[in-house]
Amino acid sequence: MAATKASKEQKYDRQLRLWGDHGQEALENAHICLINATATGTEILKNLVLPGIGAFTIVDGHTVTGEDVGNNFFLSNSSIGKNRAQAATELLQELNSDVSGNFVEESPDKLLDNDPEFFHRFTIVIGVQLPESTCLRLGSVLWSAPVPFLVCKTYGLIGYMRLVVQEHTVIESHPDNALEDLRLDQPFAEFQNHIKSYDLDSMDKKDHSHTPWVIIVAKYLEKWLSEHNCLPPKNYKEKEAFRQFIREGILKNENGVPEDEENFEEAIKNVNTALNPTKIPSTVEDLFNSEQCNNITSQTSSFWVMLRAVKEFVHNEGTGSLPVRGTIPDMIADSQKFINLQNVYREKALQDTAAVSKHIECLLQSVGKPPESIAEKDIKLFCKNASFLRVVRCRSLAEEYSVDSVNKDEITSYMDNPDSEMVFYLMLRAIDRFYQQHSRYPGVYNYQVEEDISKLKLCVNSLLQEYSLNVNIKDDYIHEFCRYGAAEPHTVSAFLGGSAAQEAIKIISHQFVPFNNTFIYNAMSQTSATLQL
Amino acid sequence: MAETDEPEKKRRRVVELTEKMVVDGGNGSTCEWEGRWNHIKKFVERSGPFTHPEFEPGPESLQFMSETCKVLVIGAGGLGCELLKDLALSGFRNIHVVDMDTIDVSNLNRQFLFRPKDVGRPKADVAADFINSRIPGCRVVPHFKKIQDLDETFYRQFHIIVCGLDSVLARRWMNGMLLSLLVYEDGVLDQLSVIPLIDGGTEGFKGSARVIFPGMSACIDCTLELYPPQINFPMCTIASMPRLPEHCVEYVRVLLWPKEKPFGDDVTLDGDDPAHIQWVFEKSLERAAEFNITGVTYRLTQGVVKRVIPAVASTNAVIAAACATEVFKIATSAYTPLNNYMVFNDVDGLYTYTFEAERKENCSACSQIPLDLHFSSSSKLQEVLDYLTESASLQMKSPAVTATVDGKNKTLYLQSVASIEQRTRPNLSKTLKELRLTDGQELAVADVTTPQTMLFRLCFTS
Repeated sequence: MAATKASKEQKYDRQLRLWGDHGQEALENAHICLINATATGTEILKNLVLPGIGAFTIVDGHTVTGEDVGNNFFLSNSSIGKNRAQAATELLQELNSDVSGNFVEESPDKLLDNDPEFFHRFTIVIGVQLPESTCLRLGSVLWSAPVPFLVCKTYGLIGYMRLVVQEHTVIESHPDNALEDLRLDQPFAEFQNHIKSYDLDSMDKKDHSHTPWVIIVAKYLEKWLSEHNCLPPKNYKEKEAFRQFIREGILKNENGVPEDEENFEEAIKNVNTALNPTKIPSTVEDLFNSEQCNNITSQTSSFWVMLRAVKEFVHNEGTGSLPVRGTIPDMIADSQKFINLQNVYREKALQDTAAVSKHIECLLQSVGKPPESIAEKDIKLFCKNASFLRVVRCRSLAEEYSVDSVNKDEITSYMDNPDSEMVFYLMLRAIDRFYQQHSRYPGVYNYQVEEDISKLKLCVNSLLQEYSLNVNIKDDYIHEFCRYGAAEPHTVSAFLGGSAAQEAIKIISHQFVPFNNTFIYNAMSQTSATLQL
Repeated sequence: MAETDEPEKKRRRVVELTEKMVVDGGNGSTCEWEGRWNHIKKFVERSGPFTHPEFEPGPESLQFMSETCKVLVIGAGGLGCELLKDLALSGFRNIHVVDMDTIDVSNLNRQFLFRPKDVGRPKADVAADFINSRIPGCRVVPHFKKIQDLDETFYRQFHIIVCGLDSVLARRWMNGMLLSLLVYEDGVLDQLSVIPLIDGGTEGFKGSARVIFPGMSACIDCTLELYPPQINFPMCTIASMPRLPEHCVEYVRVLLWPKEKPFGDDVTLDGDDPAHIQWVFEKSLERAAEFNITGVTYRLTQGVVKRVIPAVASTNAVIAAACATEVFKIATSAYTPLNNYMVFNDVDGLYTYTFEAERKENCSACSQIPLDLHFSSSSKLQEVLDYLTESASLQMKSPAVTATVDGKNKTLYLQSVASIEQRTRPNLSKTLKELRLTDGQELAVADVTTPQTMLFRLCFTS
């Protein structure tokens, strides 16, 4: 057992640095369903098996053809004639012995007919190359379960993904460029005391040059406020003056030449961001205003209970601000000064977290749940990430497809540029229509390409008419989609394979933010777009 | 999705197939089966409204791809494994792969051509074996070598080169090699001497893919500023005022290890040796305790010592796929290639940005004009060297400078050979005037960042 754990640590080391042990645990407890082991499907699954998901089940009623083997790394020519789910499971399973692979030799339509609850056991269902009718049926079953549903399609040089999840909460969104939480505009009591303990004017050179820039800015801000009627520097001119003010504080040698004080240079450089007012991000305000936050019941998930508690904190102990994050960036300073400053923030964060915990206790009590229902480490993580909380809510497929709720505005505004990625979405919808009418895709055989163009155009027009979309689709795109002949080239499948797998990992781990809700990839121009439909 | 025969027809076809099939996967000469290339054929045998102006539909493209076209993949790691698969399944059969590394356990989360039993074996060899046995007819030829160990004759044989490298240095070297192959006649570039270079790079959830036509479009050095130099912690922080757990680890790696030589006199720290890392970890904890710093873990220690870059399968899959699509476009002229740089990031949703990187007029690698170096004649040679290493557009590592002085070729400074380094070291503190260098004189500089010698022109400012 121990040996396996250690070797897993080694094997997964590079990804553990991205989503941590707890993220990995979520992956290892996940059971993923893939419908249709086409090239796109197996590429997605490969990128989930390699990082060690717990289990997968492939649902596929098709038999392997020569064409299937040609673009699929996980089918061999010896499997031609066999069931595709079984054939692919073998070669995917072989990638990682930590993962358990299963297959069901059945079409999803049959399963929906006989046993729709079959899909309820999965952490996420990924449907690949599905015809519209099957997709909508599945969408409806999974929406009510609720089980997250990721729809993927490779059609010629176009990749398509649609995420269908009612509500997906993210505590650890890991933003790329997060602002620091230093509270220089509203220093809390302990921070104020800490600043008081410094007297820049009486320090020796060594201490002066190794005082953290945060202290320097705080000190100079105090002076500025006393001289400017308690108003902080607001515009560029005032900020320049403030920077100059700090610069004058740099020690000078006997000849009046300023010394090399890197910490002061850091302070000057950071003035802009340091003076940013501490504000609750609008994303978090929106969450505070949502129904789930304000209507806590015994069914409410811990995310919303914690959020409500933070909201209570904001209105009470926090005096309008979120709990202090507790981290500070590295800065030029001697070890002791830095650690002391860091501890001021850390302790404040602990204090704020404790206050939030009390609110959580009250809330849990009010709905008859024990305080241990939410672990302390989860509360700590939540408070630390309070500024970065995100909730993704996708519209259902039913909403997207219904004439009454179709997102006309999104479609028509994108189509102001007739070459935008939106045209590919509309073409894929038209293709689905073609399949419904003709039980085949356009242009599969060479002789069909020419004659299918006009048939496909009829589908395009009926689609636009049905949804009252006043947009123009160039004939070139209709021709191109007939030319594709429903081909699924490997490189486009592989691009989608990586994209979809990572979105699935986001859903499973609740880390990083999934897209909302339609992603289109154009391999011709190597461009993409995310549409909200 | 793309097959619609009635069951009767399908069954007959499947029966026929098993009879025709050649049961020979390994040295596959004619391993084909019906429908194998259907997905590809639609792009090379049909005309379309978005194809490249020079595209001619027909069976010749597929034939060219499988019989004639030679593609070189540099790197058999995260990107390399994906590239080999993508190219093989796109119809390419003559593929070479170069990689100087052996397989490590930590590769297995994404380098899917390798298994636990392969740990320790050369990546190029194992990758080639796997592809050749999984994709009948494909002939991947491995080269367990450094890219610098191969010469122009080797590189010149390829139609297209795709890089899946993990170092800027190696990229610049490849870039320089392809530039050195360019043939100019009367100042006009012979396009036949241009070998397109597709370059992919990934780091965590970020990646990029770019298409370079050496001598024609922006090269690696034209956009060197996009790869800012790695910042190391200042020595005073490491030596006397650590604040972060990383500082503690660097202290042990840089200062304590050379002092204590814990595993022997000539034993350098090996990031892949768990015993070494364990020692560094324990000493880092001690250092951290001294300064009340928390957060030193084994994982953090290893990350700092090995300069680990986090990596997952998905990002590599995306970037390699984009690169392979470009190889396909260029080989078949089916579409206009990416012009010329795409960046990808899937931390928050999925984000791509595509733009045309511009050639730099005075690019140190591809502009052909000797660069001017402006120094006063009383500047010391050391200042010139500092400029070559610190300039954002040059970023040289250890330049060796030679010049023609008094009619003779003279090495002014060279670091890589100890005896020459010793002999030429005094030159560093001499002025350019003292070294008898003249205004307008050419300096030849060699460096690991490029296989070619770079020419500079000395311009005295005073």
